Amino acid sequence: MNTLFVQHFGNDENRKLSYYTAQMMGYQAARRAILEMKPEQIIEDVKKSSIRGRGGAGFPTGMKWGFLPKESAKPKYLVCNADESEPGTFKDRDIIRYTPHLLIEGMIIGSYAIGCTHAYIYIRGEYTREAKILQEAIDEAYKNGFLGKGIFNSSFNLDVTLHRGAGAYICGEETALLNSLEGKRGEPRVKPPFPALVGAFSCPTAVNNVETIATVPHILNRGAEWYAKLGRIEKSGGTRLMSVSGHVKNPGVYEVEAGSITLRQLIEDHAGGCWKDKKIKAVIPGGSSAPVLTADEIDVVLDIEPFQKIGTMMGSGAVMVCDEDTDMVQLIWRITKFYAHESCGQCTPCREGCHWMEAILHRILHGAGAEKDLDMLLDIANNIGGKTLCALGDAAAGPVISFVKKFRTEFESYIRGQKKYA
Amino acid sequence: MEKVLSQKFYDKMSKLEQRYPIRNALILPALHAAQEEFGWLPKEAMDEVAVFIGVHPAQIREVASFYTMYNLSPVGEKHLKICTNVSCMLRGAYDLVTHCEKKLQIKTGETTVDGKFTLSEEECLGACGTAPAMMVNDDYHENLSIERINQILEGRAP
Ligand SMILES: Cc1cc2nc3c(=O)[nH]c(=O)nc-3n(C[C@H](O)[C@H](O)[C@H](O)COP(=O)(O)O)c2cc1C
Repeated sequence: MNTLFVQHFGNDENRKLSYYTAQMMGYQAARRAILEMKPEQIIEDVKKSSIRGRGGAGFPTGMKWGFLPKESAKPKYLVCNADESEPGTFKDRDIIRYTPHLLIEGMIIGSYAIGCTHAYIYIRGEYTREAKILQEAIDEAYKNGFLGKGIFNSSFNLDVTLHRGAGAYICGEETALLNSLEGKRGEPRVKPPFPALVGAFSCPTAVNNVETIATVPHILNRGAEWYAKLGRIEKSGGTRLMSVSGHVKNPGVYEVEAGSITLRQLIEDHAGGCWKDKKIKAVIPGGSSAPVLTADEIDVVLDIEPFQKIGTMMGSGAVMVCDEDTDMVQLIWRITKFYAHESCGQCTPCREGCHWMEAILHRILHGAGAEKDLDMLLDIANNIGGKTLCALGDAAAGPVISFVKKFRTEFESYIRGQKKYA
Repeated sequence: MEKVLSQKFYDKMSKLEQRYPIRNALILPALHAAQEEFGWLPKEAMDEVAVFIGVHPAQIREVASFYTMYNLSPVGEKHLKICTNVSCMLRGAYDLVTHCEKKLQIKTGETTVDGKFTLSEEECLGACGTAPAMMVNDDYHENLSIERINQILEGRAP
């Protein structure tokens, strides 16, 4: 199996520029891009690679970059989404702390491709150590002429500024992120207009995830066709960083060629299988926003479309494994409490609905539930999904619906007093 | 108005000023820098940030109150923020919370009377591969166990 990232993870020395240039063809792709390629060629290559965004929505990256106007009286911006706040996700953190220059080089190539001269990296506030590491790498890049004025003696200038968030899941949503960057509350914007036309500071903007951007140097170095062939599924190429956590023997970040294995193989062959020799009961396959799968459903091929076909999503590639003793009612209550806490409060269905769902789940868990509560939960969830400005509403509704449908008997045991919360 | 923010704050800000096309983009960095000076955000500090940015104080409060990392009231010397989201919960985070409550004789959200510890529950920290995890002030502690927590509470851990 080809891997692009993980062989460089785990060693603090690897974050240095010297390692990056010696072992990872450091800044060669950016040099070739700026000195030998036209911006349109780069966008064409990224399209050909068929890479889709790694932040959660899986949008084709080349197409996103192509949406920005070529000619613009206003400046254009590339903003890297390093908010990494989807529960279960911890891959971007490894990219930042072990291969920060890969991200910076991707920022250079992406900025040149869309015509940006000042790019921003929005990193979640809790990642203080990672922000320090990344800032040191940025400083190193400036010192060595990879950032600043006249990069590689060309006429291309680029500044990169690291911007820290301050604790808010919603700021991972790209338009909330842009508001936060502008010094506002992290409230998502009405779309359209999309960021490609009206984004950061009201200018055309591309927002991309850390892993997406850090993959771009690999695509230029190894070739778009080579990269596209790594994925076996037609519409999405490449490798994926999978964050595997919960009840597995070896939690961690694993890199796999998309479409080449099943979800079960990822859990059993890579992450060591279920811990304590127990059986798997359920898997949340794409961050806490992804509808849950039962143990019978995890022979699904690991890629975007196969996951969609069985009613869940690959999201940010965060796989959370639950063993046979997991209390599914407690789990969905905790997930819903998260969304209730993180709802920004702009849209009534999400602001009110998430709290109602949390309250109902709480009372079921504590022995005060009624039979009609389950239908009420589904009714509320169905009135949140698709009815809000951003996808946080769907992220809260989908899991509740899937838990109630797939583990209904567990809820009923609580409601009928056969089970008590420990 | 008497100034409460140090020269260090203003030096930091003047370096950042050129990096944004609009002044309001300095609000989050300024609040971070102000909090670094006090451990939380007293009203006087937020008012001074408002003057520095050039906006109404209400606008600073509106922003500060949106984000969980800005402390709008004082916290203990050590602020324990234990993640209880999915991956950490699956690996025993609530046992750690209960243990801390007992040991510190406070409830989640409270501060010990000597002002040494504040205990909070935290949402996902992005340390799920090394769960359970928590932050103490700005630093991560991962692969936690009751024993590790005791070391931290008793000052036996770095
Ligand atoms: C509630 C919510 C939270 C999100 N959190 C993140 C995040 O932490 N990191 C991320 O890259 N994308 C996140 N996204 C997706 C972004 O909105 C956006 O699609 C992504 O950054 C685009 O980059 P990509 O095309 O490279 O994936 C989130 C979306 C929603 C609705």
